Amino acid sequence: MTTILDPTDERVPVARSISPRPEVIEGSVALLDISKPRGNVLIDRLEELLQQRLPKVEFKRYAKPTFTKPAPDELRQQIQQNNDFVIEALAD
Amino acid sequence: MNITVPPFSLSNSQSEQVSFPSGKASLVCFIKEDCPTCREVIPVLAAMADAVGDTLDFHVIGQTQAGNQTLLETFVPPFDILDDSSLKVSYASDIDTVPTLVWSDGQGKPSQTLIGFVKDEWRALTESLNAEQGVPAPAVDWQNLPDWRPGCGSLSVDPLIADRLRAEAENSPLRARRIDIGVADDEIEFMFDQGFSDGLPLVPPTPERVMRMLAGTRRDPQDVLAQMPPNMGDVTVEKVAINAVMAGCKPEYMPVINTIVQAICTDEYNIHGVMATTMGASPVVVVNGPIRERIGMNMQLGALGQGNRANATIGRAVRLIIRNVGGAKPGGTERSTLGNPMKFTMSFPEWEERSPWSPLHVERGFAEEDSVVSVFTMSSGPTLIVDQDSRSGAGLAGTMGLSLESAFNPKAHYATDCLLVVVPEHVDTFVRDNYSKADIRARIQEVTAKPIGQLMADDISGAGFKPEMVEKMGPGAMDKMMPKFRSEDDIHIVVAGSQAGKFSGAFHGWASGEIGSIPVSRKIDEL
Repeated sequence: MTTILDPTDERVPVARSISPRPEVIEGSVALLDISKPRGNVLIDRLEELLQQRLPKVEFKRYAKPTFTKPAPDELRQQIQQNNDFVIEALAD
Repeated sequence: MNITVPPFSLSNSQSEQVSFPSGKASLVCFIKEDCPTCREVIPVLAAMADAVGDTLDFHVIGQTQAGNQTLLETFVPPFDILDDSSLKVSYASDIDTVPTLVWSDGQGKPSQTLIGFVKDEWRALTESLNAEQGVPAPAVDWQNLPDWRPGCGSLSVDPLIADRLRAEAENSPLRARRIDIGVADDEIEFMFDQGFSDGLPLVPPTPERVMRMLAGTRRDPQDVLAQMPPNMGDVTVEKVAINAVMAGCKPEYMPVINTIVQAICTDEYNIHGVMATTMGASPVVVVNGPIRERIGMNMQLGALGQGNRANATIGRAVRLIIRNVGGAKPGGTERSTLGNPMKFTMSFPEWEERSPWSPLHVERGFAEEDSVVSVFTMSSGPTLIVDQDSRSGAGLAGTMGLSLESAFNPKAHYATDCLLVVVPEHVDTFVRDNYSKADIRARIQEVTAKPIGQLMADDISGAGFKPEMVEKMGPGAMDKMMPKFRSEDDIHIVVAGSQAGKFSGAFHGWASGEIGSIPVSRKIDEL
């Protein structure tokens, strides 16, 4: 990862562009548990509900080793390469 | 995962220093006042402190002074709260969450760390304390406590604070916000997306490159050189260095850029007006003195053009600072109707050695051996003055005057100023006639002087004086002679360019004088 220093007066937060939102959900959806307590409970329930609504979509489960640190590069790449969407259970 | 609390000495509410480790086993708990979970565990901590007594050291560390005071007044706990408002101990302990409770041995080696509040974990800890240290069970009403409460973010990982803490801990001079670019992102594209660019690719300002850039200046990275409009952002030397990296500068250009920033952020120069005007003005930087050679600026063939790194990137760095720190962006406060390519960059040195006259900085009151930057505001140019025929100083200066008539429009007299760049072959023509800069100025004024009657709006051009304006000027106004420039001082002259070619250049100014922009010269004093 490259780190750069902010050239501005820092009055506005760094903006990151959002990928275009597709109209239809198809392909594969990654469900990422960041390993906060009970995140898995939320994702279990979410997967159950989504499977009912989107029977043709494949769901894949991933977990970060720890919620306190960013996901390892390898995990990010794995998610990016093998999925069309990602749903992340962020915090408590 | 265990947290290791580094040795510390912190003040308690009585301003007494409390040290860790003391040789005695200890419990250290990090809290902050505005965290609901921290407030919820204070009665538990109180019961634990009572139970622990003198068996263990019991330290509660709070993250803000006012918050610590509030907690002591609200809960009146049997323990004091240590002041870590500098967040140095929190940062060095690498905690993410409060409350974080660490049980360490007498040497400070951790044996257990609890993060947030999980009732079973806290209860198990008290049981272990009982078994291993003989600490009696604390008087805690476990039944009525929630099973689990998440902690809150430690202030030491607050994004607004964490960068400063890291820099201080690493003894780094860098204080700018760090932006991580994801591995899957292209860093050049990312900088375009952030709006940092003038439209051309930028060099990524990594901390390593910025540190190298800072080696080019003697100034402290946190020195504030100026407040830059329109945002009135603080231009620190560090911000200059970051933008200089992006522009492609070498470290040795830093003193020049620092000085240009100071020169343009003056009331006289008025960078805000220069950027905001719909006229499309931009700074032109002339560099004089020994620094020109030292940093390898090009004052000869193609001096106003592309191909020399110092000429190209010094001006670009200044423009990026104006954009990024000042906040002047096209479509925002920068409102130029057409814009002009000089807005990318325009800096060049005077070829003093090829000039028979005093160089610009000496004319403007500096010593010859001083290195000086002069900033002038242009609205167009460099327009070429082609004269391959004149063999006399008067003839050549006459051509220059007639060419300068076009500044703004030929009927606009007393409206602007100019920066004339005389090329060597034209210099030689002047030298043959012993023609001084003063002679050139006087000749330009002489050949451009016209009675106001000839500067009136008419059928050919609607620009010019209107009858009602002239009436107000009193009788005889129509015959009053008016040269192009309000004063000979509005004609600035420098020498640059290659040995071959009778093509001098002129930058036409913007609104001159108090109402617009007055050229500013400033010595590069850190050399």
